[in-house]
Formats: sequence, structure tokens, C-alpha cells
Amino acid sequence: MDDTSADTAALPPGRSEAVFDDYKPAYTANQARVEANRCLYCHDAPCITACPTSIDIPTFIRKIATDNVRGSAKTIFDSNILGMSCARVCPVEVLCVGDCVYNEMGVPPIQIGKLQRFATDAAFDAGWEYYEAGESTGKSVGIVGAGPAGLAAAHRLRRFGHAVTVYEKRSVLGGLNTTGVAPYKMPAARSVEEVAWVTAIGGIEFKTNTSVPADISWEALEAAHDALFICFGLGPDSRLAVEGAELAGVHGAVDWIEDMKLSTVDTSARRCLVIGGGNTALDVVREAVGLGIPEVTMVYRGTEAGMSGYAHEWAAAKQGGAVASWQTQPVAFVGDGEKVTGVRCIKLDADKKPIVGTEHVLEADLVLLAIGQSKLGDLAAALDGVEVEWGRILCNDDGATGRPGVYVGGDCRNGGKEVVNAVAHGRDAAIAIHARLSGES
Amino acid sequence: MPDLSTNCAGIRSPNPFWLASAPPANSGEQVQRAFDHGWGGAVWKTLGTPIQNVSSRFGAIQYGGHRGVGFNNIELITDRPLDVNFREIYETKKKYPDHAIIVSLMVESREEWREIIKRSEDAGADGLELNFGCPHGMCERGMGSAVGQEPTVNERITGWAKEFANVPVLVKLTPNVGDILPHGLAAKRGGADGVSLINTIKSLIGVDIDNFVPQPRVGGRSTNGGYCGAAVRPIALHMVGQLARDPNFRLPISGIGGVTNWRDAVEFLLLGSSSVQVCTEVMLKGYRIVEDMIEGLDTYMAEKGFDTVDQMVGRAIPAYSDWGDLDMNYEIVAKIKADACIGCNRCMVACHDGAHQCIHPNPDASSHVPIVDEDECVGCNLCQIVCPVEGCISMEQVDNGFAPATWNQHIGDGAVLRPKKGAH
Repeated sequence: MDDTSADTAALPPGRSEAVFDDYKPAYTANQARVEANRCLYCHDAPCITACPTSIDIPTFIRKIATDNVRGSAKTIFDSNILGMSCARVCPVEVLCVGDCVYNEMGVPPIQIGKLQRFATDAAFDAGWEYYEAGESTGKSVGIVGAGPAGLAAAHRLRRFGHAVTVYEKRSVLGGLNTTGVAPYKMPAARSVEEVAWVTAIGGIEFKTNTSVPADISWEALEAAHDALFICFGLGPDSRLAVEGAELAGVHGAVDWIEDMKLSTVDTSARRCLVIGGGNTALDVVREAVGLGIPEVTMVYRGTEAGMSGYAHEWAAAKQGGAVASWQTQPVAFVGDGEKVTGVRCIKLDADKKPIVGTEHVLEADLVLLAIGQSKLGDLAAALDGVEVEWGRILCNDDGATGRPGVYVGGDCRNGGKEVVNAVAHGRDAAIAIHARLSGES
Repeated sequence: MPDLSTNCAGIRSPNPFWLASAPPANSGEQVQRAFDHGWGGAVWKTLGTPIQNVSSRFGAIQYGGHRGVGFNNIELITDRPLDVNFREIYETKKKYPDHAIIVSLMVESREEWREIIKRSEDAGADGLELNFGCPHGMCERGMGSAVGQEPTVNERITGWAKEFANVPVLVKLTPNVGDILPHGLAAKRGGADGVSLINTIKSLIGVDIDNFVPQPRVGGRSTNGGYCGAAVRPIALHMVGQLARDPNFRLPISGIGGVTNWRDAVEFLLLGSSSVQVCTEVMLKGYRIVEDMIEGLDTYMAEKGFDTVDQMVGRAIPAYSDWGDLDMNYEIVAKIKADACIGCNRCMVACHDGAHQCIHPNPDASSHVPIVDEDECVGCNLCQIVCPVEGCISMEQVDNGFAPATWNQHIGDGAVLRPKKGAH
């Protein structure tokens, strides 16, 4: 168990992710101003409704147009303290940008993510400070997990004046923002900078390399704090229980991405198969292509139309040269006894039923499994009153579980959604916790 | 094929588009290039005793990302030797005999007017324009708007010019007056063949908020200048229309003020101008804009069935009336075309905050189309103005059963007015 502050979470040089450039280059001031002036400044705007953190988007954009960039960034941070990373990692195509009224006119929608990045980057670059910790309330909140939900909660709770301790099982802070975001959206170092920016409010104590409840029990946490916020995300990649799963060259996708972002991965593979059809699969496909692996194939049980990954991400992956084998299911990994050399697959029909006689082997020297992650909810089931369903911890809209004083947010609550959803959970749980600790509820 | 050729106060040009007296018409080389691009005429930058200018000279309004919506200058009249100007006028006229060259003039004494008018005509001027409008610098020396603001001085100097001139004389009027009419009538009494308006509006374009100096900055100071550009067009249209509709005036008008394209030019023609002058848009975009102006006017005239420019001059004047002669019983309400609405709600917030609170969210929460409470809608147009979708909101007439009645008829003859709307 280590104690550390955010700024000691240095990342090693020469990480594999360094080869990636921004896929959406930053706006210059001129570009931002022109785009901001296109915004119609809708009333009760659909983009706000589409944002899980309800950022007042027309207002922050108008402030860019009027050259009040400092105020623009504050408008963003007031709703979403991780507005800098959300600007980069949000799937804006299906959120704010997707709901821009210009789409209805057949006019290109406002590039809200890029404008948000412009304003928040400016705030980081200039070192503008907006928030200070509230006067101490003498209350203390324990937060389990230093990802987006935990950071958002911690910041808001500090503004209310509550003491905050964050327990993080890794040595790095930022959760998936640091370990999992596709590097062409945001490199790990930028996430670490954001953690430092958020924690500059002061008074947030981090206990890294500390797993709950392995290293510190729930009883101890409840004894130490007046409220708990559980946001420890998801567990390890799910594995396929088929023959050959232990062969070298078969990796869980999330695990492999973390290695790529925080250290190095072997990029000498010639043929990579990505198993899965969700957004992690699409990320890792694009990453494998970007790292220079010549053949990258996504193997998915369903159809292109039926995959859960975003269509815009798949379109980008295809543009990069990736291909897919649809309605295909792995049945075994084949290898030379040590290393994987291929995956035996069978074709599926429209009902995802195997079609007899369609078995075939796809050659591969790297296989990345993106078929989901295990849920950690059961870790909290030991707490009386906390209900867990399918590994997710149940709660009300504020994040309150059935156990008084215990709140939950992020992927361990929703099963794995976007960073922005986690931020909303953290912020709203902090507000609810504050109300509880203030005796308002 | 419509005929775009123009006769404004006896000054003929192949089309009604003239460069205004300003930097774009400062030299022969420029005017000749402008004619090559298609400009029908040019009012040469004002000649007088050459002055010395300051730097900087221009300032502009930026709005919503559009640069130069309004424009301001503190430049004075020509700073080039008169003999150079006259030589270039001569050469240009010789090379472009069918194009109009009008020479703008500004001097003080009767003798100076005689001299400069003679030299202008000797150089080949097709017309003269008396600059009684410049609202900065020259007016401090008793010229420009200092003349234009005094009807008796205006009339006297116009009289001198007419005494000496053989070519048509236009008097360029300043808008820096309470009512343009007495000034137009003074020019007429002086014998002017026509007027041109508006000159620039006295203005202070802005302030450098970091250094606390107004703009445009000349060292640590600035001064008021002349405002022009697209933003002044409504002021110019009003003044042009005000003269054109007065039965005692009836002189040809060369319209100036915020003309940026053929559409703007048509508006000036319809309000009684027989030529239009352009400066700011040329300064911002170059002479080449005239190609579109000619083409656009040509297409418009063909579509409307006008064979000549004269046929359209003043066509909107009969419909320009006093408020007291408007039909109070004419009633329109806003209609929102549901399938065109994009759900931006700008009409709703504009109506709620800036008008009469009669556009509301759709009671059917699944629809993003606001609804208009037609019983409350006063027909003000604000929703239509803010709507970003062309044709989505229309203002449609309601048959309320009341016969047309103006305020003057109501006061004078007791004509019945419909009940007020939205006045609760």
C-alpha cells in the first residue's frame, strides 16, 4: 500500500502509444472562432440534453465567439470537471454533435468536441484556476477508484469542504482515461496532466496500489469515512474458455491496451485477429492498425449492422485498412504448442447458430479478446444492503445504494459506458453525499 | 435581354454601378482596372487642395465572425497633385469613352470652384459631384459636411457650381442631419441636376479596450470618422426614399450607402436611385464583385420583366407611406412549417424574451416543433427573423372581417379598428 500524490504518477518514456497522432487535430484560435460563430445558440438546446453532464454547450460556444475563452472553459468545467478529456474521448457523433440541429438542416453539425477541447486546452495552457476547496466540514468521504467517476466526485466533494481519500488499486491515477483511452484520442500523459489539474483543488489524498477490499476492508473504510463512493470500474478481460486459450500471443484487449499505453507491446505481429464487435474491439482494431500490424481482422459473431460498436468508429477502422469476418465464432485457438498460429472458427447463421461444415482456420500471430470485462460488483456484495445484479451495483438516480452512506458510480454501476457517464455519476453522487452529510436528506 | 444602361441626371453609363468617390477611385490605374472588371462609372476621389493623411485611417466592426459589417475611415480628400489627377482623368476618359467619370470636388472660394470645375471639364469629366458630406477632418476646415449641414451655404455653392459647369452637377448630401429633405431641396434651389447620398455617418468605430484609445488609432489618439458599409444601408435607403417620395423634390438620385451586391442595388433603384455607388464592399472584396452585380441585376430584370433600368427606378416609392396611413386592420400571424423546423427553439426564446410570449413548447413532448398561439400572436416578424431555416416560419394573413382602416382614418373619420392583440 503506497501513499502518493497525483504528480508522482510519472509515465515511462518510449511507450508504444507514442506512435499515434491526434485523429482530430486541435483547432487554431481562428478555426475555433469561425466554428463558434456558426452555432445557432439554440434555446433549450438538444446538444445539452444529449450530454450526460448537461454542459451548457451554446453558452460555452458563444463565449468562444466573443473571445471570452476563460469563461467558456468555466462553463464547461462547472458541469464537467473532466471536460478536457471528455472533449477528446466522448463519442460526440452519437451525443451532442449527433443531436445538433444543423443535422436536421442537412448542414454539417457544430464540432462541439473540438470547440470544447479548444476552450479546455486553453484553460490548461494558461493555468486558469476556477475552484477552491470549501471550508472544512469535518466530514470525510472515501472513494474507491481514481477513474473519471472518482475524480469528479472528489473534486465536487472538496468544493463542499469534505475531506476526501481516494483508494486506487493501480499506481497510476485517472482510471481508463489513463490506461484505456485510444491514444489517437488522448495519450496517457494528457490524462495524468488532467488528474493533476483536478487535484490542484487540494486536499485529495490518494492511496495507490490499494485494492478494496483485498488491501483494506469495507469495515475499515466505513469506520474511517462518513460516506463511501464506489467507482472501481470493471475487472479483467473476459476470456474464451476454449482449447488453446493459454497460448502465447492471445491477450485480453483491455490488458493489451493498458500495456500499449503505459509501457510497450510487441508490434512485430503480421496477422492480428480481434475477437468481438463492441467499442473496445473497434478501438483495439484501430490501434493494431496504427501500430503497423499489416493485417488486422475483426471477428464478430453478428452482422455489421448488429454490432454494438459505433458505426463511425468502424468506418474509421475500415478506412485504416481493417477488415472483418462477420457472423464468425472462434471455437479454438491453434498453435505450435507455444505460440498462437491461428483461430479455428465456425460461421454462424442469422440466429447466431453454428452452420455445420463451415469450420475454418484464420491465421494469426496475435489474438486480442474484446468480448467484455468481468464485473466487480460482487466485491461490494459483502456490504449489507448493497444489491448487485449481473455484477452491477444497484442504486437510485443519485447513486445511493441500499446501504445508507454508500454510493456507486461509473462502470461498476452501468456495466461499462463512456467517461462522460462516469463523470456525471461522480458529480451527482457528490452532490447527494453532500446533502446527506449536511443533514439535508 | 434587359438594357442595363443608365442615365442619372444626364450622366450616361453602361450600367448603374459606379465606384463611389473614395480610395477605390483614387487613381487612373485603379479606375481603368475597375472599368475592365465592368464598373459602369466612377466618381473620382475628391479633388481639392491636396491634403496629407494620417496613419492609421480605417476601422471596422466585426460581428458574428463577419469582418467589416460596418466600416469607418478618417481619410481625407485626394493627397495627389491635381495635375496628376487631371491627366489621369483625361487618359482614362479617352480610353473608356462610354464609361462615366464623375469628378468629386471640394474647395472653398467661388474662384477655386470656378478653376477646379473648368479643369475637370477640360479633363473630360462627364459630371461633377460636389462633396458636401465628408464628416471628418475637412468639415473642421469649413468644407464637406460643414457645407452640407447648412442649407443656405449648400444652395449658394451649388449655385456657383451650376454657374461654372457645363456638365451635370450632383450634390453629395451628408446624412448627419435631422431631416434630409431641406438639404435636398437646398441643392435643388441651387440648381443641382441631381443628388447623391448618403455620404458617411459621423462615427467613432470603437475603442481599444487594452490601451484605452479610440479607433482607428493614430499614435495615442483617434478622432471621429465616417461610417459606411453594409450596416448603414437602412439609413441610406430611408434618406433616398425620403427624397424620392417628396413631390417637391423630383431630382435624379445616385444612391450610396452599404451596397454590397446586386440585391442591395435593386433596393436602391426601387426606392428612386437611378445609379448606385459602391465603396466599402470594393475595399473589402475588390473590383471583381461587379461581375455578379451585373449578372444578378440582369437576371432580376429579366425575371421581373423590366426592359430598362428606368422602368424600375422608384417602383417601391408608392408603397413607402407614413405610419398614419398604414392599414391597422391588416393582420398576420406566424405559421411554423413543422417538417422544416429543426427544433432550435430560437423563435420561442425570441418571442418569450423579446416579443409577445405567444410561441410555446409543443404540448406533445415528442415533437420539437414549437406552437404559435395565434390568438396572441401580434405578427411582429421576430420569430421569422431569428429562424435559421429559410421558409420555415411564414407570416400569413388572417381574415378578421375588418375593412382596411388607417390610424389617420380612425382619428379623422372614426374608421373602426380591430381589437388590439397581445396588449394585456
